[in-house]
Amino acid sequence: MTARIGVVLFPGTNCEHDIVHAVTRMGAEAEILFHDRHDLGGADAVVIPGGFAHGDYLRTGAIARFSPIMDAVRRHAAAGGPVVGICNGFQVLCEAGMLPGALQKNAGLRFVCAPVRLRVETTASVLTSAAEPGQVLRIPVNHFEGNYVCDPATLERLRADGRVVLRYLDNPNGSLDDIAGICDEGRNVVGLMPHPERASESILGSTDGVVLLRSLLDAAGAAGAVNATVPASGSASGSMPVVAGSR
Amino acid sequence: MWGVKFEVTVEISRREGILDPEGTEIERVVPALGYTNVTGVRMGRTMRLVVDAVDEAAASDQVDEMCRRLLANPVIEDYRISLSALETA
Repeated sequence: MTARIGVVLFPGTNCEHDIVHAVTRMGAEAEILFHDRHDLGGADAVVIPGGFAHGDYLRTGAIARFSPIMDAVRRHAAAGGPVVGICNGFQVLCEAGMLPGALQKNAGLRFVCAPVRLRVETTASVLTSAAEPGQVLRIPVNHFEGNYVCDPATLERLRADGRVVLRYLDNPNGSLDDIAGICDEGRNVVGLMPHPERASESILGSTDGVVLLRSLLDAAGAAGAVNATVPASGSASGSMPVVAGSR
Repeated sequence: MWGVKFEVTVEISRREGILDPEGTEIERVVPALGYTNVTGVRMGRTMRLVVDAVDEAAASDQVDEMCRRLLANPVIEDYRISLSALETA
């Protein structure tokens, strides 16, 4: 079953087409979901892409959580549906309280735009299930506020539960405990600063992001199979428009 | 609506123990101007708003709730509220 990926577009989001391109190229269907919607258009998985949602006014991600679509994203996550926030999407998920902690300005006030090496710390998440434990991936980051922080009790819990999904090998931003990505208790909501979609074909310099996107598509396919067996899935029965074809 | 307008100032700063790269950077460069006696530079934000409420306590309580829910991120930020009556009915 073809995985259907909903890609959330807030005013100021700017990486939505990158995600659509990457996942459609891998055989999924994708639809861009404008933030004023109250539904996910039948998506099996949701990606909140990078950019500057609502201009990053107040704090990064702070206003986005009030967009109508976030209620649908919350319901989807609560039902076990895969949700991945990339870069600004990670910030949005933290501000929305769907992931613990916060992302502050990089140590040294340095904007970082470079490929970084990441280690897969757990394969028990919707973003890493297809990877090998300990696998090292080379994927770009591109951010000014990717310096992950949380209180000591939260860090202790993240570590004890194995919810640090990805760590930097060469911490580029001062993140606590070298954290590049975490998941929620259900392991179906993942936030990460690096951009797997920008490492998804050889022309981009790395294909190491493919294993992460593959994991997400697998999770979406599994979620879609479950949806298909539940008649009461409502609007999910409609076919999903593909907004970008495979290239 | 309630009769008393309060001018409220909300000062938001990073919590103790949270890195303050902007404050650190400012502190690092001011000695270049000859000010070698400056320490403890902290960067923050200030918001001013006008709240119409029955009394000062009600205005303060409301802004406190707004800070917790939106204006500040309790994970990384502290806030301080000060207010004064603009006018009385």
